[in-house]
Amino acid sequence: MRALSLAVRMLAREWRSGELGVLLLALTIAVASLTGVGFLVSRIGAAVDLQATEVLAADVRLGSPQPISQASLDEAARRGVLAARSTRLLSVVFHDDQSQLTNIHAVSAGYPLRGHVLIGSEPFAKGAAAAGIPPRGEVWPDSRLLAATGARIGSSLAIGAATFRVGQVLISLPDQGGTFAELAPSLLMNLEDLPTTQLVQPGSRVSYSVLFAGDRARVDEFKSWLLLNKKPAERLRDIRDASPQIKSATERAGRFLNLASLVSVLLCAIAVAMSAHRYVHRRLDVVALMKTLGATSAFTLSVSLLQLIAIAFVAAVAGSGVGFLAQEWLLRALKGLINTQLPPANLLPLGLGFIAAIALLVGFALPSLLQLARVPTIRVLRRDVGPPPTLVLLAFGPAVAVIALLIYWVVRDVKLFLEFTLGLAAFIALVAGAGWLLVHLAGRLRGSVGVAWRYGVANLSRRRAASVLQIVAFGTGIMVLLMLGIVRNHVQDSWRHSLPEDLPNYFFVNIPPDERAPFIEFLQARGAQTSRVLPMIRGRLTAINDRPVEGAQSAGDGENFAAREQNLTWTADLGADNSIVAGRWWTREDFGKPLVSLATEFQESLHVRVGDRLTFDIGGESVAATVASIRKVKWDSFQPNFFIEFAPGVIDNTAGTYMTSAYFRPAGANALAQLARRFPSVSIFDIDDLLARVRSVVDKAVFAVQSVFVFTVFAGLTVLLAAVQSSRDERRFESAMLRTLGASRKVVLQGVLAEFTVLGLLSGLLASVGASIAGYFVATQVLGLPYGFDSSVWALGLIGGAVLVVFSGWLATRSVVNQPPLATLRANG
Amino acid sequence: MDIAAGESVAVVGPSGAGKSTLLALLAGLDAPTSGKIWLAGTDLSALDEDGRARLRAQRVGFVFQAFHLVPALTALENVMLPLELAGRADARSGALAALERVGLAKRKGHYPRQLSGGEQQRIALARAFVTAPAVLFADEPTGNLDTSTGERVGALLFELNAHSQTTLVLVTHERDLASRCQRTLQMEAGRLL
Repeated sequence: MRALSLAVRMLAREWRSGELGVLLLALTIAVASLTGVGFLVSRIGAAVDLQATEVLAADVRLGSPQPISQASLDEAARRGVLAARSTRLLSVVFHDDQSQLTNIHAVSAGYPLRGHVLIGSEPFAKGAAAAGIPPRGEVWPDSRLLAATGARIGSSLAIGAATFRVGQVLISLPDQGGTFAELAPSLLMNLEDLPTTQLVQPGSRVSYSVLFAGDRARVDEFKSWLLLNKKPAERLRDIRDASPQIKSATERAGRFLNLASLVSVLLCAIAVAMSAHRYVHRRLDVVALMKTLGATSAFTLSVSLLQLIAIAFVAAVAGSGVGFLAQEWLLRALKGLINTQLPPANLLPLGLGFIAAIALLVGFALPSLLQLARVPTIRVLRRDVGPPPTLVLLAFGPAVAVIALLIYWVVRDVKLFLEFTLGLAAFIALVAGAGWLLVHLAGRLRGSVGVAWRYGVANLSRRRAASVLQIVAFGTGIMVLLMLGIVRNHVQDSWRHSLPEDLPNYFFVNIPPDERAPFIEFLQARGAQTSRVLPMIRGRLTAINDRPVEGAQSAGDGENFAAREQNLTWTADLGADNSIVAGRWWTREDFGKPLVSLATEFQESLHVRVGDRLTFDIGGESVAATVASIRKVKWDSFQPNFFIEFAPGVIDNTAGTYMTSAYFRPAGANALAQLARRFPSVSIFDIDDLLARVRSVVDKAVFAVQSVFVFTVFAGLTVLLAAVQSSRDERRFESAMLRTLGASRKVVLQGVLAEFTVLGLLSGLLASVGASIAGYFVATQVLGLPYGFDSSVWALGLIGGAVLVVFSGWLATRSVVNQPPLATLRANG
Repeated sequence: MDIAAGESVAVVGPSGAGKSTLLALLAGLDAPTSGKIWLAGTDLSALDEDGRARLRAQRVGFVFQAFHLVPALTALENVMLPLELAGRADARSGALAALERVGLAKRKGHYPRQLSGGEQQRIALARAFVTAPAVLFADEPTGNLDTSTGERVGALLFELNAHSQTTLVLVTHERDLASRCQRTLQMEAGRLL
């Protein structure tokens, strides 16, 4: 209790004297960086789960070709689980003399339980979330249906035996399904109106669903009940079955961001160690005095430990606060990347922030603090007596252990841990080596400049270890920011510019075979440049070399490829954007033989080779074919291309549709509506729009990563502050000496500024070189894009580095320079 | 060498003679390589460092040449420190009374850097006497002060000492100060003459 009260009192005073400021700042930034990313990752992870539920429009969905009894709805109500019905059927919708086969979605109040129905006041608008479902007597047809029938808001549509008023334009449904499978346009209506249409007759093809959602625990219990009580024909779908690949991508991205935040943590840890060392050095006298006055070692140690815990607590609270705000701000800036309502953050990262703060202090400050307890009492009389030196293992062991644990905690995989740790060590060694070389070279230049510069540069060389540390700390932060900038610019500009102007900008899918010729004629008549037209048939890979794919060895996406329905095609000609990398393309003599050609992506993920036998299920029929060739496909030609292409004469008679792409600049906004009206079953995809979306996603992802590395720059700043602080007494004395020898305050200040300018320039130089090399590697090796020299990277690195370091260095040292020399010399005399 | 209870002894000699080392050994701040020291009836060599610290907390006061106030604590808190370390509940009132005796009660809320050298040493005197120690060790208590301030602080030291009947071991260069002690020990090159 005595120790606690003394610890708190001394801490409060010492905090005011600024001694602990850097320590606390470094710790706060480390915690902010960790928790900020923690909040971000957990919220995005939860959002991805939520997004998956939106695909179902529910948490759990029960589907059946037969009407679903009321029993499950009653049970859901009893358990506090929300429920809604959705019934779908295909029917022809009439407006005046126009008719269109339409997917009719009849839903009950409460639909959708997850996600939103988007509606607009005119076709092809962006749309806004609807507040409910269509009122009775009203329907919401989608843009394609309106274009096909010529109806507008207010028009009457006849469905079966009933007539409805068009109330809104349906823009999208959450459970519409994103694939090309939806052939017909959609219409949303109130389930209570369905009987009046008299469409549901014995034998009609109707698909019935009941949607359930609610508190996760209740839904889980209810799901167990459903599994026991549902009829055999009823199919249960859960979010946990939905989009596993999105989940694994999110997990990987989360791990990457966490590792990125660890770079900041590592730098902050260095600052923590430096300022703890300084703090301990400053406290040696006080502890010796306390021991003289009768304090035991245990007491002084507990005072130090309590102070440590108090600092960790303050840093954890402040850091988590900053982390939370940063994450909140970032998510606002990223709006649109995540197309869903973000769930609130959970509080787990707060606990982790506190643990991380304690861990960093234990690893990086405790070894120094333990020294305090060992200070000999005699120091009160003889200031040259310090504590005995610590063992190297004791000084660095905890630090290495803490960093290793943090890294392992993030990656949770031994192989990845070793890779990252070794990579990090190599990177640090490389950057530190480069930093050392730069400081060494700068030192050799000092003869040729004025007195202030000479003084400044001489300081850099004299405190070489500290200088290298600061250059590495700052250089790393700036380097990563610059490199990400290079990568983003390349993805945005180089790629776009490397593509020809008249590349197809529209994909057209689901062209019925009998409309193929008129459709192409229609496009060409309106000035479109059409590409090849390929048949599109749905099928699923069932066996490789007669072994069912479920049992086949496959890694990564392989299982998804196998599990998914694929789009298959057949063609005689190898596209100009395809090149054969193995086997050979078929000739006229091969037509009719069961041969198949695979794209490299498909072949690699399934580990199949030329000569292997693949079996497909196409429309319930089993089709086997031998792999004749492997193709490398240039996907960014935007021509119709398929992973799996059959030789002509194998699957030609299977029912399917056609697809093509075209370069098309429609004259007037109406041209697309005309197209949709003339060919209602054709789905239109605007590539420009898709590309813009891809670009915006890349942009935002890079921005997110850059934001994480802004913490790294701040961490670099704390290293600079800690370094300046640890040299403060020395600087104060030097400054006083120089001024006593006749240097004006201005000259001393110029010297200090010169030192930081060189430090900043060297950091910037290191950052620019590193970023350019890394950027070159990423652009040419990873993205496969030509790398263009970017002078702005160098300008930004050098100027940015210099400005940042000079400004912070000046802030940190100005009080030293301003101090009257006499006071300093007296204090040191 | 024996120093009786209540006696005041000055240790004088040129710089480097070993005066401070002797003081450190007598106070148990350092351990001798050979020989034995009894402080207030306790064999110091039989105690470990923490044992010696506890003994100091109960029986010993210190005054230093460089004042050695804790910069992070106020004048009052500095005086309270030895009482708190000894586990005394009356730390605050005791410290206030001690400050009153050295005439600095009004400056109790000041930090050491806000006080003059003479004031700092008076605070240090209050801190030294606040536990009513059996023995007071003073190492050049006026060495960092100008002549007139030094004289005033010296006078205060002897006044407090007389009042509390404390055994005083004083290391000093000042002849005047040494002459106020009952006995003077002369040191040279590490030996008592």
